[in-house]
Amino acid sequence: MQVKVTEGGFDEQQFLSAVASGAPPDLVYVDREIIGTYAARGAIQPLDECISSAQIDMGQYRPAAVQQVTVDGKVYGIPEFYSVRVMMIGNKAVRDAGLSPAEVDTTDWSKLAGMAEKLTVTEGGKLKRIGFDPKIPEFLPLWVKANGGALLSEDGRTAQLNAPKVVEALTTTAGIVQASGGWGKLKSLRDSFDFFGAKNQFAKDQLGAFPMEDWYLNVLAEASPDVDITVAPFKDRQGNPLTFVTGSAWAVPKGAKNPDAACRFAKTMTEASTWVAAARARAEARAKKDLPFTGLYSGNKVADEQVFGEVYKPSGDAKFDDAVQTVLAVQEVAFATPPSPAGAEFQKAWQDAVNRVLTGQMEPAEALERAQGEAQAALDKAAGG
Amino acid sequence: MASSATGRRARASGMSRQETRWAWLFLAPWVIGFLVFTGGPMIASLVLSFTEYDVISAPKFTGLDNYRQLMSDPAVAKSLGNTVFYTALHVPLAMAVSLGLALLLQRVGRASGLFRTIFYLPVMTPAVAVGILFLFLLNGQTGLINAMLALVGVQGPNWTTDPAWIKPGIVLMSLWTLGSTTIIYLAALNNVPRELYEAARIDGASSWRQFRHITVPMISGALFFTLIVNTIASLQLFAEVYTMYFGNRATQESTTDAALFYVVYLFQQAFQFLHMGFASAMAWLLFLIILAITVLQVRVGNRFVYYEGD
Repeated sequence: MQVKVTEGGFDEQQFLSAVASGAPPDLVYVDREIIGTYAARGAIQPLDECISSAQIDMGQYRPAAVQQVTVDGKVYGIPEFYSVRVMMIGNKAVRDAGLSPAEVDTTDWSKLAGMAEKLTVTEGGKLKRIGFDPKIPEFLPLWVKANGGALLSEDGRTAQLNAPKVVEALTTTAGIVQASGGWGKLKSLRDSFDFFGAKNQFAKDQLGAFPMEDWYLNVLAEASPDVDITVAPFKDRQGNPLTFVTGSAWAVPKGAKNPDAACRFAKTMTEASTWVAAARARAEARAKKDLPFTGLYSGNKVADEQVFGEVYKPSGDAKFDDAVQTVLAVQEVAFATPPSPAGAEFQKAWQDAVNRVLTGQMEPAEALERAQGEAQAALDKAAGG
Repeated sequence: MASSATGRRARASGMSRQETRWAWLFLAPWVIGFLVFTGGPMIASLVLSFTEYDVISAPKFTGLDNYRQLMSDPAVAKSLGNTVFYTALHVPLAMAVSLGLALLLQRVGRASGLFRTIFYLPVMTPAVAVGILFLFLLNGQTGLINAMLALVGVQGPNWTTDPAWIKPGIVLMSLWTLGSTTIIYLAALNNVPRELYEAARIDGASSWRQFRHITVPMISGALFFTLIVNTIASLQLFAEVYTMYFGNRATQESTTDAALFYVVYLFQQAFQFLHMGFASAMAWLLFLIILAITVLQVRVGNRFVYYEGD
């Protein structure tokens, strides 16, 4: 089999034009969040036949990942990475504020704004350190879930954006932003971070804490291995660990010329032996540079067991070793947003609402009420209602 | 006699036909290009504007639904308002600054070639690079522009995050690429007959009166041309704003309505939400708005513009 790869990220415009013109690629690598929309539009094809003919064991994949690629009982993608969120805490910031990393806990929402304020540093009108970045709009689903709610119904057809639990989550997180310097300053400082470099926000003490995807551990381990951080689980309001998962998937476009070969490729790319080979390669590359290896986190549970059983070895650097264990532990309590026929529009509706609140244009209830109308209209239209 | 005159006419007519054929031959690449890449897609988009079309499935005729939605969608009004606001701020400012630069360049003398090149160079910078560059320069906390304002005791705003300052920030960015307008003005200034200034000076006219009554009328053709071209370009602004506020997932997630320009919203509708029919209707509305503004400008402009040979 010869594989020709288009370099660069997934280009929606290029993909749709290719499908519309009847000359799509055989296989695409996309965010699982967009699978529902493409499935509803008929841009990708169900893989049930491919799964049975290629004998792909769907049981090996994590349920939350499979849920994201399953629309009306049919599987439309083979899950790849599995990216969860954990709390990353700058130890110096916490010490300066007279706190301990364990106190940076999201259980008690009444204390969050106060804690953020303590961690925040402003000098001469300029924000020098963001106390606690709740990462909204992006992570609003996590905060809503921590509050016992959800943005979207289980079947992906009904928006729940104006529910009291959502309003409360947005009000609380907007308050944290305000206590951390206010949106204007916070975002400006965040935009200036050397996020992937040695002078990143933790190395430069520009951030107290934030929830973040697990892949960032790999970045820190490579760019600034000596950074002083603590990684802890994000917790819901009952104090239970909670995380939100996203990731990618392999999908076969409508009209693909070689669906069988595409299917075999997706199977190979996501099976345990492939992940183990990739993990070995990365571990060796890290070892050559004398840097810690912080693991690979896939949507294949069997693969992860083998990677962390056979390849991964604790580095001896407690912060990274503990972080790896934290990530592995929270994978078991991960949730995913259900696939939706109007994923992009639904997401834009609630993100616009958050931005209107953060920029002071609207109050949370008003913004979410408007978003509810926009989102439900898009969902109804996409579902043909 | 008569037969030789007829022969000359026949030869002339033959040559004329031949010249016409050659003219069409030379024009053919542009005519074909226009029909295939502009005229054809325009007709297609007009047809699609009356349909619901998601690129994947066949279009479904929906009559005037998309045009009705244009009137009721608050984001259309918001994005149009943002675009018009930007145009109203950018066009006069760009023309004034370009004219100022051209007047300075005219006085530079020998080194004017060097400065012309320097002022034109930013035009060669890709729009995406300009967008990213200004995202850094305009950063409210760490940007160079606020650092310079701080030197004179001014605390600069959060240009990229405060909805009230996002559009002025974009206008500031747009002044980076004034090279083309400046060069057009410089050429026009160099064409103003020197004797007009000499006569005015002899009559005791001040510099301002010379500028007001000689320079401006004599370059009014260039001013009018750049007014129309800059207005059209401003109403279609896309690349820089898209790069700054919608270019990747992170910027897209945390942008505000203040940065939603008309063509950006059109692009989102077409390629993010797959509402190609609605996006086509948006494109036609913009076309009609630009057409109306241009016709108005031409009607009003003709009263004030001096054309050589008038």
